[in-house]
Amino acid sequence: MKAPHITQSRSTSALLYLSGVTVSFDGFKALNNLSLLVEPGEMRAIIGPNGAGKTTMMDVITGKTRPDEGEVVFDGTADLTKLDEADIATLGIGRKFQKPTVFENHTVRDNLLLALAGIRSWYQLLGAAPTKAENDRLAEILSIIRMEQQQHMLGARLSHGQKQWLEIGMLLAQNPKLLLVDEPVAGMTDVETETTAHVLREVNKSHSVVVVEHDMSFVRALGVKVTVLHEGSMLAEGSLDQVSADPRVVEVYLGR
Amino acid sequence: MITRFLWNGMSPGVRWFVVLIMVVGTAMPLLNQLLPKDSPFYAPAYVLQLLGKYLCYAALALAVDLVWGFCGILSLGHAAFFALGGYCMGMYLMRQIGTRGVYGNPLLPDFMVFLNYPELPWFWHGFRHFWFAGPMIVIVPSLLALALGWFAFRSRVTGVYLSIITQAMTYALQLAFFRNDMGLGGNNGLTDYKDILGFSVQADSTRAVLCFASALALAIFLVISAAVVGSRFGKALTAVRDAESRMRFLGYRVEGYKLFVFVLSAAMAGIAGALYVPQVGIINPSEFSPGNSIEAVLWVAVGGRGTLIGPVIGAFIVNWGKTYLTGALPEVWLFALGALFILVTLFLPKGVMGLWGQIKARSERKAATA
Repeated sequence: MKAPHITQSRSTSALLYLSGVTVSFDGFKALNNLSLLVEPGEMRAIIGPNGAGKTTMMDVITGKTRPDEGEVVFDGTADLTKLDEADIATLGIGRKFQKPTVFENHTVRDNLLLALAGIRSWYQLLGAAPTKAENDRLAEILSIIRMEQQQHMLGARLSHGQKQWLEIGMLLAQNPKLLLVDEPVAGMTDVETETTAHVLREVNKSHSVVVVEHDMSFVRALGVKVTVLHEGSMLAEGSLDQVSADPRVVEVYLGR
Repeated sequence: MITRFLWNGMSPGVRWFVVLIMVVGTAMPLLNQLLPKDSPFYAPAYVLQLLGKYLCYAALALAVDLVWGFCGILSLGHAAFFALGGYCMGMYLMRQIGTRGVYGNPLLPDFMVFLNYPELPWFWHGFRHFWFAGPMIVIVPSLLALALGWFAFRSRVTGVYLSIITQAMTYALQLAFFRNDMGLGGNNGLTDYKDILGFSVQADSTRAVLCFASALALAIFLVISAAVVGSRFGKALTAVRDAESRMRFLGYRVEGYKLFVFVLSAAMAGIAGALYVPQVGIINPSEFSPGNSIEAVLWVAVGGRGTLIGPVIGAFIVNWGKTYLTGALPEVWLFALGALFILVTLFLPKGVMGLWGQIKARSERKAATA
């Protein structure tokens, strides 16, 4: 039944391919026949009103939620609907949550060390000491997220903005092919928002990024292609100017 | 490499604490053995027995803390691992009795003769030898932890549900061991031991050695725990405790981490139980009772969850209180235990080990407002 979809997906060059994805919770369709393509090297912004299915979409991509129907293919070959969170993370999809969840009882440096791509199995970690390559990479990431000064501070003592940057740093440390970033500037000051846009553009130089965000000025600052979600499906796609001119988008999201 | 791994894991505080335990655990048996009974420094046998018992409890508390304090698994069934280790030791000790039992049967322990067992149940074979019983003390509790943990952690059973499962496990074992046809002495358990490794369990010198062995076991457990907790594995472990799903999204297979500490902890509890049994002279199904597991959790809470020294201190404080109160005011003990639980939860969230930090924070606040 789904055969045409599969051949289509295997031949696509897209980094992330969602087709006809449907997820329902007790009859409520959080995602309704959603399709989405993200090209390698692209940065994409996803906007949409509350309940549009943005977070559910992230859950499906990262393996937290299984779709009832549809295909989710990563890098042309990996069927994400069959894998669990750890497998998907190892494949190269990193996720930053809406609420910053850094490890509060670990220092900034240890947070990054835990996130660093490499050893994941418990028996190898038992005797492992950080290598020189790992220390160099930590220094590099600390400088990108501008947190060298705070590297020995506990996660719990960071400000909200610092936690968000640490999260982005942890994503970088995983060295994923695709970064999923959920509402990075929620609750940030204007200066912090600007810095975050800068950090993300820096990150996009070497990674593909999907950003979910409410803040329009931030999306404008990113200056990338925008996908508008509504009631679990895609409503419009294009530059921010194009989609804000779309009367359907204006009606459901931009108001009035 | 392994010595460096073990040594590096220890903070100076833990190092000194390990030394302290070894000094006390060596000095007390020596004071008992070398000094004449009328010397003011003579350590009477009952003190050694008490100390040995507390050391075993402390080792159990450390085992509970390793999973609860460092990995967030609140096990309410650790007494089961302790008791299983104890039963393995008890079976070995029963088979050392030989013809000295009441019925003088060379093969069957007294309770089996009494219950008309025609022959030794299959699982009793081998327990005559310490080389068999010794490894079993570690293997039996570890296997149970491995099986339980494998299913529970893979199915992502966490929090209160896991606590209930562990509690149910120890209760089920208690009911099973109560049955006479279980072949393990039923209600009365295993007792009337004579020898351990050829030495009389009643002799003061044997008690002295057992007390020393308990201190040694606790010290070794502390060193191992410190190394595990202080390694990169330990960092990942506490991260699992604080934000489990975050670790999954970082690509960690959390089950492996939980399973390893759970099994390690069960093995430690088993050894503690095995050292406990010859010192108290009996093992029976009441050791499985759910209340025992909860008490062990309380020791950890009193001492300080998530520290290595805390559970040892907590076990000593609570058990010393228990020994004193059950002697002086027996009817008060359960109320005291309940009150302690409430007081610790309300006023000492980090236990005795957190007391210093609390005092410092308060004085700083006072200084700030003044």
